[in-house]
Amino acid sequence: MASSKFPLAPPEHSRPHAPMGEGCFLGETERQQPLALKEALAKIKNWFRANSLWVMAYGTGCGSIELRPLTTARFDMERFGMAMRPTPRQSNVLIISGYLSVKSLKRVIRAYEQMPSPKWVVGLGSCTINGGMYWDSYNTINRLDLYVPVDLYIAGCMPRPEALLEGFGVLMEKIKAGEANGWNHYLEQMDWYKENQKKLITDWDLPDYNW
Amino acid sequence: MSFPLKLMWSVIGILVAIAYGLLISGIIRKVMARIQGRIGPPVYQGFIDLGKLLVLRTATHHGVMFYLAPIFRAAGGIGLYLLIPVVVGVPALENFSFTGDLLLVMYFMFFGSLGMALGAAESGHPHSSIGISRGLSQMTAFELPFALAVVALAASAGSFSISDIVMAQQGGILHWNLFTHPLAAIAAFLAFLGMNMYAPFNIVGAPQEIPAGPPTEFNSSFLSLMMAGRSIFAVAKMVLFMDLFLGGATNLLEVLVKTFLIYFWSVFVGAVFPRFRTEQSIRFFLGWPTVAGVAAVLLVMLNR
Repeated sequence: MASSKFPLAPPEHSRPHAPMGEGCFLGETERQQPLALKEALAKIKNWFRANSLWVMAYGTGCGSIELRPLTTARFDMERFGMAMRPTPRQSNVLIISGYLSVKSLKRVIRAYEQMPSPKWVVGLGSCTINGGMYWDSYNTINRLDLYVPVDLYIAGCMPRPEALLEGFGVLMEKIKAGEANGWNHYLEQMDWYKENQKKLITDWDLPDYNW
Repeated sequence: MSFPLKLMWSVIGILVAIAYGLLISGIIRKVMARIQGRIGPPVYQGFIDLGKLLVLRTATHHGVMFYLAPIFRAAGGIGLYLLIPVVVGVPALENFSFTGDLLLVMYFMFFGSLGMALGAAESGHPHSSIGISRGLSQMTAFELPFALAVVALAASAGSFSISDIVMAQQGGILHWNLFTHPLAAIAAFLAFLGMNMYAPFNIVGAPQEIPAGPPTEFNSSFLSLMMAGRSIFAVAKMVLFMDLFLGGATNLLEVLVKTFLIYFWSVFVGAVFPRFRTEQSIRFFLGWPTVAGVAAVLLVMLNR
């Protein structure tokens, strides 16, 4: 798909972010708390979130072959509290592993919106960045962040499991620092994302938001 | 001991039991990882998971029963724990055990699962329904040998009170029901494998098969309450088996050692066996464990 159909850069944040990057809209009760307390609470919450990442076990492309070794003795991602979950309701990280066909994009949107926030998306491999070797394919997307907010890209074709572990380390640091706010951006710029998604998915039969 | 004081001790007991259950879940993951040659998560990973599930922002639900299911599950665990004396003779740790508590315990063991079945069915996910039908059939199957073992012990002790059964086993290791009623012990400890739902009897959760089973649609805080409920339920079961077969305990250290051994019997079996199919699991429980249970009851009747 030629990406010239779309504006290349997502719009800027229309709203200021929460202090310390709590990474979400603050509720009414939290808005009234003093700033120092808010920051301290955000730090504690983000530490919990970062140290227990549950990964959605969903492979879209050939990159998912590099995800499997992470659960084995050689790489063992459970050391970092990460686990594979079979259902989007219980996952926090969605990994788009390699090329993403338009048909799978629909399922990805559905799975992504069903995940409880805060949630993070990791784009794995060059296919998610610029299309990679599928850049002129008729049925794969070229830029993932036009459709779902991506918090971290891991480049390579394919990145080795070591690179994935390194990437998850970076993601954990970003979450602890409150910088992984992609899901917040998705809520803020919902119209822009939906417009892009609908341009590509011609047989759109999803609800406006998949609760 | 006055009622408010007893209540306070019970609340403390419940909190300690939840913490112990979470710690055990971490140890299980560590043990499994070491068996598979991995390093594994830290032993306190259960606490981190619980904390993380509590601070997730979105919690989607699918109706009233869906809301109530984790509450039923936790209530089943807490109710079960409150009925079982942890250390007989120490009022603070006897909870609310009374004469005939064993009958109520037998009922309460399955209360949480039934509530869970109603709630998970409302989520409407096909994997939930499959998991529930499997779980309830397996439950019916392993309840039989367990009930027979309990009847044998109660008939032998002449009482349906857990405290009386513990008192009947005092006087040394060889007085434990594990050794005086070996057939009942075999029936009950095989049923225990089914209760804990580790392999080969993990047909309910069945990873890689019906991915998460009944809790498929449960998220964030619902899941955290279920985790807490499951922890306390596991602890209550361990304490019950300790009271019934390992002669109870005289202090908390003994409780720790005995319950740990009881629980890891099912974990170690689970670490080395593949999964049964549903009908294999049911046939297993209705086979030798039930025969052992019937034989245990007959032996007790003949010896009276």
